Amino acid sequence: MTTTARTTTPTTTARPAAATSPTPRRWSHDTVETRVFGVLRVVVIVGLLLITLFPFYYMVLLSVRPLDQVVGDPGALAVAPADLDLGSYAAVLAPTGSGGQGFLVFMANSALVALGTVAVTLLIALPGAYAVSRLRFFGHRQVSVLFLAVYLFPAILLAVPLFVFFTRIGLRGSLAGLLIVYVSQIVAVSIYMLRNYFDTVPVSLEEAAAIDGCSRLGIMRRISLPLAMPAIMANALFVFMIAWNEFLFALLFLVEQRDRWTVSLGISQLAGSIEVPTTVLMAGSVIVTVPIIVLFFAGERLLVEGLTAGAEKG
Amino acid sequence: MSGPASEPARQSAGTAPVTTAPDSAGKEPGRGNRGTMRRAEARAGLALISPTLVIVVVMVVVPILWTVLLAFQRLRLLNLRTTGLFGAFTLDNFSNVFGSGSFWGSLVTTLTYSVLGTGFAIGLGLVAALALRRPFRGRNLVRAAMLLPYVAPIVAVTFAWTTMLNPQFGVVNFWGTSLLGWDEPIAFLSERPAALITVIAFEAWRSFPFAFLFLTARLQAVPGSLEEAARVDGATVSQRFRYIVLPQLLPTIAVLAVLRFIWTFNSFDDIYLLTGGGAGTEVISVSVFNSLTARGDIGGAAAQALVLAAILAVLVGLYLWRLAPREEQS
Repeated sequence: MTTTARTTTPTTTARPAAATSPTPRRWSHDTVETRVFGVLRVVVIVGLLLITLFPFYYMVLLSVRPLDQVVGDPGALAVAPADLDLGSYAAVLAPTGSGGQGFLVFMANSALVALGTVAVTLLIALPGAYAVSRLRFFGHRQVSVLFLAVYLFPAILLAVPLFVFFTRIGLRGSLAGLLIVYVSQIVAVSIYMLRNYFDTVPVSLEEAAAIDGCSRLGIMRRISLPLAMPAIMANALFVFMIAWNEFLFALLFLVEQRDRWTVSLGISQLAGSIEVPTTVLMAGSVIVTVPIIVLFFAGERLLVEGLTAGAEKG
Repeated sequence: MSGPASEPARQSAGTAPVTTAPDSAGKEPGRGNRGTMRRAEARAGLALISPTLVIVVVMVVVPILWTVLLAFQRLRLLNLRTTGLFGAFTLDNFSNVFGSGSFWGSLVTTLTYSVLGTGFAIGLGLVAALALRRPFRGRNLVRAAMLLPYVAPIVAVTFAWTTMLNPQFGVVNFWGTSLLGWDEPIAFLSERPAALITVIAFEAWRSFPFAFLFLTARLQAVPGSLEEAARVDGATVSQRFRYIVLPQLLPTIAVLAVLRFIWTFNSFDDIYLLTGGGAGTEVISVSVFNSLTARGDIGGAAAQALVLAAILAVLVGLYLWRLAPREEQS
């Protein structure tokens, strides 16, 4: 960015000066750069918005256009209200028995696994994060390093033994098995995030409670948890999003049983087949994306609130 | 930590192994009240962390160790149920991996993909962070929109991309042939070298929000007074960026480079969903997956995965010890 800016400046110095200003000498180098970057900034923002949002817009667009129109006129960038067709959504949600793709079942599976992962992860990670943040015990530093290593390890390396292990004990194809795998992968990050928040909660509050005769569990339940609630909610959203979006392990564990598929798995498996129209799968893509976007916007506000509240209290 | 060593804490610690923790910070293990409190705290800590430890050890650490065993055995999916945990050990899997040209090809693809993907993602993230630095109406909304590629389900966005780039009815090829004057539709995902370029572009699109988020946070902490002083002294916009802002961003960029490189190096979903590993895009993780499921070659898959992890560890180690300190100084 810097280099291009520097090389282009000399040429741009002359042009706007000659074109607009009668007194070119008054234009300092800085003014020119400020103007150039001012224009560049708008161009960059519009360009970035275009490339980030277009695939999502295209997804929604295709999901409400009939297939024959998409094939006939692939370049259309909008849909006339008269041509609006929600048939793809009906087709993707309807059970397989009545000619649909049965995505309602997939959604239930996704929700079950994601919510289960959130519940179990928080149940395990909250005490863990509190311990790592507050209590000195043998090896509490090593534990953090171990968790960081887990976080950065290639998932595909774990995929091999877990695939073999679950095949052998016959848990492959069960949602519970998948849930355990998700928890084991996420719990480390979850502890890391929660610990950072616990670290910002003043110890003095807990000490005051302890002096008033509150037990360790009482302190956790009455003081630490309520104070950390914004972080816990944000963490829950984070875990939900990871579990809802996950693909590799769902593919490895559930692919053979269609009634256990998650939404992501359903889309990826049906994408290759000729019988399922692209528009129907686009409707499926919208369905799997909308909850994430809603949660993301809800969670963003939550995160900001949590952070600013902490800042006000100093 | 103060507070009386309470009964509930002890009760909850009941299940944990009673380790007389060598009291941290090298203080003598006091026999008095202080020592008891320390021990109670240590036990409570272990008790609270133990569920996490159990699940991480059982589901992550043990499987990783097991992968090492698997990599030295001739194990196939077909004879899985009949072979024991410790079969006959052999080095065949590794000699197959290193002896095959496809592995080295995969390695080059993986490195190209990771380096370029990381570079473009961070570059785009930096441009976005700088462009959105000064406040304007609707900036929060724009910022949130920038994060969408990163949070959206990978399957949904890859499906949108493959459809957009489809040679028959994709919107990109339609406008390319009708507006930009392409002679024929480009098979973005099934032709060399277009496929590799496309997956790198996708990686940049998908993960630039991560860099954007970090760099935006870091930019907010850059004090305005320095830049103001430089402006008064006559430094131009680009000079202020080059000599004041960029040096302060470099440590963040270094951390981002490591994290993004690790994740891109390991990533499987993106390429598997976009190309399935075809047309010169088979990175090592996709190759591991194909060995495991399509060929049922468990030993071979384990060996490749181990080599992947080892290469990653070496590269990251080299970076952290050789390059990172120098960058922070500059």
